[in-house]
Amino acid sequence: MDTNLYQPKGFYDEMFTNEGECRSHYCDFLKILKKTSSKKMQHLQHSANKTQVAMGMTFNVYHDNQGVEKILHLDIVPRIIDHAEWKHLEAGLKQRIYALNLFIHDMYNDQKALKDKIIQEDLILGSKDYLKACQGLTPPKGIWCHITGTDLVKDKDGEYYILEDNLRCPSGVSYMLESREIIKRAYPDLFNKLGVMPVSDYPAKLLKMLQFISNKEKPVVGVLTPGIYNSAYFEHSYLALQMGVELVSGIDLITKGKKVYMQTTKGLQQIDVLYRRIDDTFLDPLTFNPHSMLGIPGIFEAYKAGNIAMANAPGTGVADDKAVYAYVPRLIKYYLGEEPILKNVPTYLCREEKDRQYVLDHIEELVVKETNAAGGYGMLIGPKSTKEEHAKFRQLIKDNPTNYIAQPTLSLSTVPTWTDEGLEPRHVDLRPYILYGETIEVIPGALTRVALKKGSLVVNSSQGGGSKDTWVLYGDDTNGQSH
Amino acid sequence: MLSRVANSIYWLGRYLERAENYARFLDVNFNLMLDLPQDLKAQWEPLIFATGDQDLFAKKYSEFDRRSVIHFLTFDLDNPNSIFSSVSFARENARVIRENLTKETWEYLNELYHFVKKRAEKKDFGKEDPRVFFESIKNQILLLYGLADSTVARTEGWHFRQLGMYLERADKTSRMVDVKYHMLLPSPNWVGTPLDFLHWTALLKSVTAFNTYRRLYGNIEPSAVVEFLLLNKYFPRSVFFCIKEAERCLHNISGNRDTGFHNSAEKSVGELRSKLEFTDVEEIIQVGLHEYIDQLQVKINQISDRINDNFFQIKDNFSHQNSAQE
Repeated sequence: MDTNLYQPKGFYDEMFTNEGECRSHYCDFLKILKKTSSKKMQHLQHSANKTQVAMGMTFNVYHDNQGVEKILHLDIVPRIIDHAEWKHLEAGLKQRIYALNLFIHDMYNDQKALKDKIIQEDLILGSKDYLKACQGLTPPKGIWCHITGTDLVKDKDGEYYILEDNLRCPSGVSYMLESREIIKRAYPDLFNKLGVMPVSDYPAKLLKMLQFISNKEKPVVGVLTPGIYNSAYFEHSYLALQMGVELVSGIDLITKGKKVYMQTTKGLQQIDVLYRRIDDTFLDPLTFNPHSMLGIPGIFEAYKAGNIAMANAPGTGVADDKAVYAYVPRLIKYYLGEEPILKNVPTYLCREEKDRQYVLDHIEELVVKETNAAGGYGMLIGPKSTKEEHAKFRQLIKDNPTNYIAQPTLSLSTVPTWTDEGLEPRHVDLRPYILYGETIEVIPGALTRVALKKGSLVVNSSQGGGSKDTWVLYGDDTNGQSH
Repeated sequence: MLSRVANSIYWLGRYLERAENYARFLDVNFNLMLDLPQDLKAQWEPLIFATGDQDLFAKKYSEFDRRSVIHFLTFDLDNPNSIFSSVSFARENARVIRENLTKETWEYLNELYHFVKKRAEKKDFGKEDPRVFFESIKNQILLLYGLADSTVARTEGWHFRQLGMYLERADKTSRMVDVKYHMLLPSPNWVGTPLDFLHWTALLKSVTAFNTYRRLYGNIEPSAVVEFLLLNKYFPRSVFFCIKEAERCLHNISGNRDTGFHNSAEKSVGELRSKLEFTDVEEIIQVGLHEYIDQLQVKINQISDRINDNFFQIKDNFSHQNSAQE
């Protein structure tokens, strides 16, 4: 294939410089690409799609008919990250998670940061994600955010920016694991040659972390799922299978005497740790949303009594708010006395008058987001929207300023992607996964989401996004072979 | 094992076996048709009566012709027992307990589902010979059985799946024998003629029992065929054999190493097993074959209800959420 036809088009491209030269960590891969015909590429892509259907790697789309199964398109061109760049990311993520955990604990206990006026009180205590029921609580081992999937993007300057912290129930890790298996089949020789760090031990690490947060010697662990119609059901069952633990749903569990039991064919069996994939407020109809059919009445009392550990701990959502996000660099300084290693995207808080005026005046250039929406919903991309949409969002902001933030439009970096027109640049983001157990560990890999539509910046799977396998290369300081 | 999971595994076993048996029903009727004298038409009606879904059929179709019967038993999703329905239910049950299945089991079952679904989207079999399709369904299900046999650990889940499979098979073998009852001869004078003989042969072939029968019994005698399919101790599709195995599965689940019973499911399966064990075919013929089979099916349903009560019913506050399957 003639890779000279590939045009990065003025964005930061992960494979080629603006001058069209291949970046060094992509060189070996480029050699393979040059030797691969378009027909062969088509064939590889086709068999990757087929494998996904056969494996039932499907997700359900919200607002869609129940039971409609779709696959998340997996592009066969990997995203490659060199070791030094990864080390920087790793250090930055560890620092951020450590600080965020301290912040969450502080908010439910001493509230020092509020007293010291680092962050406004009403922003926290008035947030619907602040769970009063968690006040005064210390979760097992003091850890709140056990599993995080932070979203990052790279701007024109080639630097990473944190986009979202995702401290609740980040999904997508099963795609990171299964995509790797599929892509391994496509390039069997390349992995060893390039030295790609493995991700396959994630389930083992996850299980170890889940066992760590229990006080029992041999705790019974389960994955709690809302059920088969949840969009991430495949992932819930996949993780339970890989860890060799039970996949449970609300109807399998009951509470008695502040303990949680599974209903088995041999009677009740106590369960000690739940990796719960149900939102906070659906967990327990007695404490939170009384209409929740998914939850387990009484589980929160059992949690408070220390009889069940949950990952992530209820209440982490408070640090996941898009308005709180703007304060994270300040929080890192406050709790750790360190400069943040990874940058935030500059954020305008519509709740503050000066910022709001700026947003209203410059809405054409900005991305406006609802503070509490996810999945790319409730969002306006200024430069790509019509005058009517601008006007609509101006009004929305005026009506309910606390609900909105705005950020400059980032030009997400691109990675060569296989399309109907051959190899084309497509915009990507990056979601690495971080586990917080005995230590904080960043898994050397990630879910790279790619906007498949030409020019699109929206990478969400629910809105036409696909994924890429993400290769983190070994460096000199890692055991095993180096490149 | 979680009650919900055991429930799904049990039904996975039942639905797969149900789909396989329906493919057998249809396959055998085709074979029979090929051997009939020219002046006799193939009978499709007995198949519907044997499945017990005649009321449902009558609501949607006006005639028991080949096309309607095949469609009803194979692709009709309004028929909860059609092959397509059974395979879909099997897959749904597998999907909710995927973490308890081997990767290959899930993948082959998923493939089977897509295979049936794809065929269902096409036009019905016109002049095309559908036997290739039924053969393929049987083979894919047998592949799943073989896969389970050589890879699944013999723990609780295995026993629940086998339990479902054997109970379903007992029910379906009894229904196949019942097909013969509904299969009309032109007049009573035809009993013992080659046409009668042909029916009995087709019946044996439908359960892959023809050669075994020949070796054990020799001539085709109606009472011997009935004895073989209902009471034989060694043939793995005979009703007695299936019930005996189902009892063994239940004992393995409860850890019962003695005779007798530990729970009401073991009690009802043990009663039926012993009844079959100490019956001879003359008694069955005295009661009337069709009547006897009817009673048998009622008992098998009772066993399934007892299993549900003992292992799957989620007690306490959530009983309404664990819907029963059938």
